[in-house]
Amino acid sequence: MYETLSSFAQTWGLGLFVVMFLVALVYALWPANSETFRKAAHQPLVDKDPLDD
Amino acid sequence: MSSHLSTAEKPGWGFSIGTVSLLVGAVALGALIIAANAADPMMAAHAWLFFFLTVGGLLITGLWAGARNGRNPFDPAFYEDTIVKFGVAASMFWGIAGFLVGLIIALQLSFPGVFYFPELGWTNFGRLRPLHTSAVIFAFGGNVLIATSFYVVQRTCRTRLAGGMWPWFVFWGYNLFIVIAGTGYLLGVTQSKEYAEPEWYADLWLTIVWVAYLFVFLGTLWKRKEPHIYVANWFYLSFIVTIAMLHIVNNLAIPVSLTGSKSYQLFAGVQDALTQWWYGHNAVGFFLTTGFLAIMYYFIPKKVNRPVYSYRLSIVHFWSLIFIYIWAGPHHLHYTALPQWAQTLGMVFSIMLWMPSWGGMINGVMTLSGAWDKLRTDPVVRMMIVALAFYGMSTFEGPLMSVRAVNSLSHYTEWGIAHVHSGSMGWVGFISFGALYCLTPWLWKRKALFSNALVEWHFWLATLGILFYIVAMYVAGITEGFMWRAYNEFGFLEYAFIETVKAKHIMYIVRAIGGALYLIGALIMAYNLVRTALGHGQARDAEAVPAPASAQSPALQPAE
Repeated sequence: MYETLSSFAQTWGLGLFVVMFLVALVYALWPANSETFRKAAHQPLVDKDPLDD
Repeated sequence: MSSHLSTAEKPGWGFSIGTVSLLVGAVALGALIIAANAADPMMAAHAWLFFFLTVGGLLITGLWAGARNGRNPFDPAFYEDTIVKFGVAASMFWGIAGFLVGLIIALQLSFPGVFYFPELGWTNFGRLRPLHTSAVIFAFGGNVLIATSFYVVQRTCRTRLAGGMWPWFVFWGYNLFIVIAGTGYLLGVTQSKEYAEPEWYADLWLTIVWVAYLFVFLGTLWKRKEPHIYVANWFYLSFIVTIAMLHIVNNLAIPVSLTGSKSYQLFAGVQDALTQWWYGHNAVGFFLTTGFLAIMYYFIPKKVNRPVYSYRLSIVHFWSLIFIYIWAGPHHLHYTALPQWAQTLGMVFSIMLWMPSWGGMINGVMTLSGAWDKLRTDPVVRMMIVALAFYGMSTFEGPLMSVRAVNSLSHYTEWGIAHVHSGSMGWVGFISFGALYCLTPWLWKRKALFSNALVEWHFWLATLGILFYIVAMYVAGITEGFMWRAYNEFGFLEYAFIETVKAKHIMYIVRAIGGALYLIGALIMAYNLVRTALGHGQARDAEAVPAPASAQSPALQPAE
């Protein structure tokens, strides 16, 4: 049991985490997302009430 | 489509009040039964405390709800700010209490002949030390995190807090946990796990509160009107989710009896040690780091009125912290029964943490580009930037200390105390002070703080206090580390333990002076915040406020 779990964690588990992290990295650096991020970064600077449009 | 699903609106605003009251009522009943059958006096004391505080809470809720006269107290047209005001007050109160207990135990170590009271066992260092750590980390830090997360998630999602009465359950429930934990330490109730001392019943209560917190936060995200979830919310969410996981796993225990305070851990030996430090280090990572980084990502841009330096970097910062931090815990167990590969794993992941930590620090500091003059003119901004400097310093030092060779000198010495205090007083303390200085005029709709000069006093006293504290503890730690490993020509240890204690005496006194300066700074801050809330001094003239939208008077809002 321990052997099975630890060998799974050290191979597939590690690979899965690396792939998940790479997906996050690609998302962050994808050029087409830059406009979304620019807007998101400015969002806290705008003061609006909950029902404002 | 989701905006009309909030509990407060759909089943009527009484629904959440009813469900909270039912839960609290059930707990009150259970507490009464346990109080009547308590197996030990500590459990009896805590059961009565639970009973009276929950019944008191129910009475106040009932009176308040009755006086509402049909008006919806959870009007979706407004942000829920009252709870944030309570959070600011609770943070300030617990901060001062925690710093004061810290000063007392520093004095006990400096002058044991004066501050040791054999006839008052509950004032012993062993009882007061967890009171200090829990008060500053969980009571002060936790209230700052709950208050700021409730403020930030509403603003950045542009919607009122979800769950109606449930956020109030989270706030009061959390503070009830603090009271149970703190009184428990003085009574000698502890499961002897560092930073996880409270016994099983307090842990169960915190689990309920924390799950409610998670649902309130997720519910607010769910009904957001902004398409993108701002990065600060990601940091808050990771803090809430990870603390839930850590708290539950590390506190798996079997009570000796359901009416007694004592329990036994599920894990034993090295498994228990690993679980404990997996918990302990990730409490640093996800309570004291990601939670307060969320504060950085909202309050620094907001205060200097510029977007964060790089939003991309903030995403990379977030995910690399998430993927790396969770593995660093075993560095607390170098040279123990833990297999060496696990020790090395902890050390390697700790060293990898350098990168995201410094990336995040640079991202926060560089947000000031083009507005560097604010460092000179605005003491609140300066406080938050100095917080980041301490963040950079302690996240540089931490990986260094996780290296086995360095750890063999630093571990168990005052060096560790210096390290945690540069992180907690410098990073967590200063970024929290900054957030509270921002929030008070925003929430009470004041033009400015009562006095900027008093912020300057606070800043310089606290900075000087930290420097006194950490320099003294570095010197003491390295001194004792070298004394412990010194051998004489016959191969015997050169120094007796008491000689290392004597060598640290002056440094202990310097540390107590540093702590006193830090406490005085916090008292000045509390005075300043109270006068700000009252609208005195520079805080007058709310009309001219360039404050958040909520500053507009509710009466001016036309009904839909």
